[in-house]
Amino acid sequence: MSTQFHRTEMLPAQSPPIGERGLVKWLRANLFATPLNAFMTLVSIYVIYSLVRWLFPWFGNSVWNASSLQECRQIITAAAGEGATGACWALIKERWHQFIFGFYPQDLYWRPTLAFILLFVALAPVLFPHPPRKLFWFTFLYPAIAFFLLWGGSVWLPVVTMLGFGVMGLVYRLLVGRVGVTVATSLGVLAAVLWWLFADGTLAHGLESVSPIGLRAVDSDEFGGFMLAIIIGVTAISFSLPLGILLALGRQSDMPIVKTICVGFIEFIRGVPLITLLFTASLILGYFLPVGVTFDVILRVMILVTFFAAAYIAEVVRGGLAALPRGQYEAADALGLDYWRAQRLIILPQALKISIPGIVSTFIGLFKDTTLVSFVALLEPLRGVTNAVRADTDWQGIYWEPYIFVGCIFFIICFGMSRYSMYLENKLKTDHR
Amino acid sequence: MALAADAPKDSFRLSMLVYDTRFRSITIQVAVLILFVLALSWLYGNVTANLAAKGRPFSFDFLWVRAGYDIAQRPISYTNDSTHFRAAMVGLSNTVILAALGCFFATLLGVTAGVLRLSKNWLIARLMTVYVEIFRNIPLLLWILVIFVPLGELTPAPNAFKVTDQMIADGVEPAASMILAGTVAVTNRGTYMPWAQLEHPLPSGWLTFGAIAAVLVLSFLANARIVMRARAVQEDTGVRPTTWWKSLLVLFTPVIVLLWAMGFHFDLVQPPTRFNFQGGILVLNSFLAILIALSLYTGAFIAEIVRAGILAISHGQSEAAFALGLRPNKTMKLIILPQALRVIIPPLISQFLNLTKNTSLGIAVSYLDLRGTLGGITLNQTGRELECMLLMMMIYLSMSLIISSVMNLYNRSVQLKER
Amino acid sequence: MAQAQQMQVSDEIAVQIAAMNKWYGTFHVLRDINMTVNKGERIVICGPSGSGKSTLIRCINRLEEHQSGTIVVDGTELTSDLKNIDKVRSEVGMVFQHFNLFPHLTILENLTLAPIWVRKTPKKEAEEVAMHYLHKVKIPEQAKKYPGQLSGGQQQRVAIARSLCMKPRIMLFDEPTSALDPEMIKEVLDTMIELAQEGMTMLCVTHEMGFAQAVANRVIFMDQGQIVEQNEPKEFFNNPKSDRTKLFLSQILGH
Repeated sequence: MSTQFHRTEMLPAQSPPIGERGLVKWLRANLFATPLNAFMTLVSIYVIYSLVRWLFPWFGNSVWNASSLQECRQIITAAAGEGATGACWALIKERWHQFIFGFYPQDLYWRPTLAFILLFVALAPVLFPHPPRKLFWFTFLYPAIAFFLLWGGSVWLPVVTMLGFGVMGLVYRLLVGRVGVTVATSLGVLAAVLWWLFADGTLAHGLESVSPIGLRAVDSDEFGGFMLAIIIGVTAISFSLPLGILLALGRQSDMPIVKTICVGFIEFIRGVPLITLLFTASLILGYFLPVGVTFDVILRVMILVTFFAAAYIAEVVRGGLAALPRGQYEAADALGLDYWRAQRLIILPQALKISIPGIVSTFIGLFKDTTLVSFVALLEPLRGVTNAVRADTDWQGIYWEPYIFVGCIFFIICFGMSRYSMYLENKLKTDHR
Repeated sequence: MALAADAPKDSFRLSMLVYDTRFRSITIQVAVLILFVLALSWLYGNVTANLAAKGRPFSFDFLWVRAGYDIAQRPISYTNDSTHFRAAMVGLSNTVILAALGCFFATLLGVTAGVLRLSKNWLIARLMTVYVEIFRNIPLLLWILVIFVPLGELTPAPNAFKVTDQMIADGVEPAASMILAGTVAVTNRGTYMPWAQLEHPLPSGWLTFGAIAAVLVLSFLANARIVMRARAVQEDTGVRPTTWWKSLLVLFTPVIVLLWAMGFHFDLVQPPTRFNFQGGILVLNSFLAILIALSLYTGAFIAEIVRAGILAISHGQSEAAFALGLRPNKTMKLIILPQALRVIIPPLISQFLNLTKNTSLGIAVSYLDLRGTLGGITLNQTGRELECMLLMMMIYLSMSLIISSVMNLYNRSVQLKER
Repeated sequence: MAQAQQMQVSDEIAVQIAAMNKWYGTFHVLRDINMTVNKGERIVICGPSGSGKSTLIRCINRLEEHQSGTIVVDGTELTSDLKNIDKVRSEVGMVFQHFNLFPHLTILENLTLAPIWVRKTPKKEAEEVAMHYLHKVKIPEQAKKYPGQLSGGQQQRVAIARSLCMKPRIMLFDEPTSALDPEMIKEVLDTMIELAQEGMTMLCVTHEMGFAQAVANRVIFMDQGQIVEQNEPKEFFNNPKSDRTKLFLSQILGH
């Protein structure tokens, strides 16, 4: 054979042989590649088949209009014959508002609904890349607006409380030129704390007696359902993130005292179950406050849940901080950025981006954990409302339907959050070539 | 070589506290410490004032008072005449049992699901994805209730299994029958199943337990020796002797012999002739529900960890191993697995930690674990909220710290040596 | 190239280091360093790895703290006083071996960040300056890209431009070409040579002896934390005095 070769004509592309393409190829490669594989495929098909055979009639015989479980069963028997099973969604249809709002007064449903819609406006800076600047102010004011809408009462309490931040800003502005950022910030915080401790109540009271403006007050006992889960979840999520970041920075700091305090806090919170913290909120928090002082149970629970989430966020963020190469800190130093600017402009944006999956899964965990507040007698949707509904003689003995309903909503929210985090991760990716 | 004197050139000014790197961190720390101590003393003052206002001292004396309540599942001996402390210990052991079994089953499930999710079989991989996503995105509490409520409301009462002489004479079947070849009975109280029993155990329970443990440890040591010798032979001659049958023999024979000598047998469940089942062991529905829910829930998380761990080992590693001529199974054992484990174990242990803390959800099904006893009935009976809660938190905290220090030890031992 | 040798060196002192010592724990990394750098001078520091050369230039903007002796940069003594440190850092530019660009910011944002936040320059002006320097390092078209999308040589040129945007009086280079592929080294060196010709005061840790011969006024050889030899490039390469220097030169020029 000659070792010389010279191609005169290029070969056109050809389609692969018949066994290598189309459905046959796909089935062979993906379902029946080996005997073991084929066996597993058959087993899974059987499992799916038996699930469907069991569930299909149950969903097929669904009843949407009935006033009691008894009636539901009669309708199913009448339609599908003796012994047939069927879902009774009539319960959901009749009681959906309790699953959503708990025992919140029905004529005031517009208030939580409005607060929920405004939440998305307030979230705009997070959701969209270039929001108008004024929206930041709205985001800042949103907690007070939401509080006012949800609990009602006098308008002055949230207004005066927000003024505390004004005081903080004012003190900072006045002093920052003279004493530097650190001192000015601490004095600003001190001034605000003094304002909240001593001026807040009296001033709000005074203004209230001068011009009583407000909405009908709604008691915390009446809160419930997904509204409650979302209130606790959103509050804890939004406050735990900054707190968690501070704790993570503290833990990474080279100041031993600051570090020890942060580590102690984080490890303590992470070491005990959330339930014990919730019981702390409901049973023993009073011991740590001045004699006779007490405050709303939802607020107490929110504080403890925030601490809980913050400790986990801190660990996630710490991982992100540790993953940054040393050179980033050095480059920031070499450019003359001070600690807080370097953190804000260089370190945290990158560390948080790395931590997005961890942060979001902490948030998902937190949102799922809001179901635990039922153990301190709050009406969250899963156990609180469902038990309340099932206690009704009309609906005694029903369990699958409410659990499926609540489970689906939780799934949609949590799955949505995790997908959003994946999208966000992709969007923020800048190290592609 | 003379060193320049390091004397400060300018005298101390107050602004140096903030602007001098030598003092700045001390200034900040002192400020933080002062605030921290102030906060602590404020809290301490409040606690003492509150206790004084309620007229009760802070004391753990109540632990030595008669508890007076019953606990259905008691791994250590306990009657309602025992002390609250004893009750708490029963609760703690219930927590530990639940956590240990939960970790075991969750790992089993999770590793299986995680590996299957990477399977080339399209259907299996999808099914496992559905399992993982469903369980990760729905609260654990829902799974506990979904399993517990039907267990209590759909299953027959124990007396439905009743078989009396009269019924046998009349040829009447009992209303409910046992499953799995008549060995297990699922009732609305719990599940009765066969249980291991020793005909003639050693004089005390601890002694029996100790003997079995000692034999197991010795077997493991002997096996380690066999493996070590095999390695030595391999290093000397290049050929590794076959040892698996020796290992099996050494691992299992001694303990089987010991159990046989003590008269090991399964105690079967007899259907009730009057009220209750005879023999076997009763596994409470509450325990079963939370164990199943915890295993399925945590298993879904572990599946993700295992999957990510295997994916994290770059394709290049197995290619390099193949290029060196290692077979796929050796590549798995020598290259992939050691690296994947390094990635998997830390988050796996933190899942164990979560599972252990989640056992406290036993509250949803009134399972009397540490929270149910010390933080539940004892707390309500004695009204010692502060003491009970503090003690309970400390116990949970110590459990967590023990688990995480084990993790840290492991991490340190496998850390890649890098510059 | 010849003109590079004749560039102006003023009598004013840019950096003065006297009797400086530094330890890492008990390890004595820098031993009795004395050196003076005049304005407009271009100094190349070389030496075997672990000789303390990187540590030395990192002391000049206090990325590392020295334990005794004095360092005066542009009239400001480096002490533990934060204000002095900030002042020195805004006068001294630094280019790192691994570029250390900020991967979450575009090239333009990388360049304008410090002028905006440290120098308080208006954004528009900072961007104009940034574009000017991007033109200078010949990659203005990359302004909107992210660092990860650029080649190593381009990244290092961006890093140089980033330092220049702060209008530094002194530039420190810490092995700027060691992490680069051979074909990219030249583009970075060209940028550095151009900078040298404009009279920038430069301290450069590098093993690029061609660069040293082309632009340096002085080559400093360090070993075991000490300055072993310093001389004009021609003398240094043709007629090294110390045995350590000879050994080192034979190793890096030997093939």
